[in-house]
Amino acid sequence: MNLVLAEWTKARTVRSTWWSLFTTAVLSVGLGLLLGVQMANNYDEMTADQQATIAQISFYPPLLGQVALVVFGVLLASAEYTTGTIRASLAAVPRRGAFLAAKALVATGVAGVLSVVVAFGTFFATQASLGEHAVSLTDPGILRAVLGECAYLTMMCVFATGVAMILRSSALSLGILIPLLFLNSQGLASLPAIRSVTQYLPDQAGAAMMQLDTGRFFLGEVDFGPGTAFLIMLAWVAAALAGGYVSLRHRDA
Amino acid sequence: MIEVAGLTKRYGRTVAVDDLTFTVEPGRVTGFLGPNGAGKSTTMRMMLGLDRPDAGRVLIDGRPYRTFTEPLRRVGALLEARSAHGGRRCRDHLSWLAQTNRIPASRVDEVLDQVGLAGVAGKRVSGFSLGMHQRLGLAAALLGDPPVLLFDEPVNGLDPEGIVWLRNLMKGLAAEGRTVFVSSHLMSEMALTAEHLVVIGRGRLLADTSVERFIAENTQSYLRIATPERDRLRAVLAAEGIRVTDTDDGALAAHGADPARIGELVAAHGVVVHEVARQSASLEEAFVRMTGEAVEYR
Repeated sequence: MNLVLAEWTKARTVRSTWWSLFTTAVLSVGLGLLLGVQMANNYDEMTADQQATIAQISFYPPLLGQVALVVFGVLLASAEYTTGTIRASLAAVPRRGAFLAAKALVATGVAGVLSVVVAFGTFFATQASLGEHAVSLTDPGILRAVLGECAYLTMMCVFATGVAMILRSSALSLGILIPLLFLNSQGLASLPAIRSVTQYLPDQAGAAMMQLDTGRFFLGEVDFGPGTAFLIMLAWVAAALAGGYVSLRHRDA
Repeated sequence: MIEVAGLTKRYGRTVAVDDLTFTVEPGRVTGFLGPNGAGKSTTMRMMLGLDRPDAGRVLIDGRPYRTFTEPLRRVGALLEARSAHGGRRCRDHLSWLAQTNRIPASRVDEVLDQVGLAGVAGKRVSGFSLGMHQRLGLAAALLGDPPVLLFDEPVNGLDPEGIVWLRNLMKGLAAEGRTVFVSSHLMSEMALTAEHLVVIGRGRLLADTSVERFIAENTQSYLRIATPERDRLRAVLAAEGIRVTDTDDGALAAHGADPARIGELVAAHGVVVHEVARQSASLEEAFVRMTGEAVEYR
């Protein structure tokens, strides 16, 4: 428990933490407001299909906002190496597993709280600006999707921490994670030939976790439901943390 | 007590630390001496379990470092000076360290005071000079009031006043019965601080001895004798069993002889002598010679 407290102290005493969390929230909620206004103004020109799936738009903004959250997750681990803090950390906590667990718990806690704020905040902001076309949290499937969004954002952050613990470099970690977040959704996902594989990548699993019951899926089709998507995402997080542990245990600090 | 046994570390084909075995005893300052790149830092990193040895092991008070649950209360270490996040405030850096080992928060201000950083406790570390970084590292090492202390090149970046302060601090810690192991590439500094020396070169142990003995064994003094009759004097001295060598500047060097005896011999044999002067090789020269040989042996 004292290790978690120490990791929390580390996180809250650097400015990059607050900047990345603030950016995540502002990007998501702000974009939600703008999108809502835009959709409300153009509602009459939209196709029936688009009108039916309008609830989806409140799930787009955090997909952009998550970049800053991923930066937070990466820095939590990579800053240890770039600043030399890792030597002090491992001298103080030589049990690598305990050190990594404390870090992962802080990532989960911070990202968890922020995700709830961002997911619900963005949802309400978007719906508020949609006006008469808004959907309610009590409509079928909506609450489940928002909660799925919270879980996805949190897990993505912890996944980023694990990846950065393996790679030990901010630039390298972000260089891999950010394309992973966007290339797949916008590029690879539209190639049917590799779709059967790429649908299991974290961003696609995440999209499936936020899938609504209303009509077509907004990031492409996947062969599994939200529950399975959650397990896939969990497997990614576990794999990244396991890799981080092996790296901590066997490589020189 | 720190026990190093058969410690070896390779980086690719380079052997950084080569089968080191020595013991660091409590109650005295042990200097860890070697030129840059001799493997001092690597050895200290292995003591803290930061690097994995390829062979051998280090035990601190009988246990490997990685098995300690609250190691800061057992071992305090100052490794590379810049081991703190630049964006973090000085006090915050010590606070999280204290929390990891359940050290009371009040210790943070105590050690900040002890190392003279109390006035900048709220400043971000990025603005610190190398000397201030060293002091912050020392504060971190002292945080858990540990019986074993490791300092890697702690005088780097300190001003003369700071060096004297640190020297007294280390001697004081040893006088309290703690194990103090401090590395340096400066023989002169170690001669003033340490009682015992572990000297390495190219990763190998060259000496494990008291400073006193090291000085006695490695700083030969001799009498430099300038004379126009070198061959005659050489024969006279040799006949008396005095070892004679040539100096670089054309004089003779008489080893282990007393000046009065030389004077008597010179007078008795009527040898012309221009100068007799006592010369001694400095500790620094002895160290360079010793570690220089280690380079050649490789």
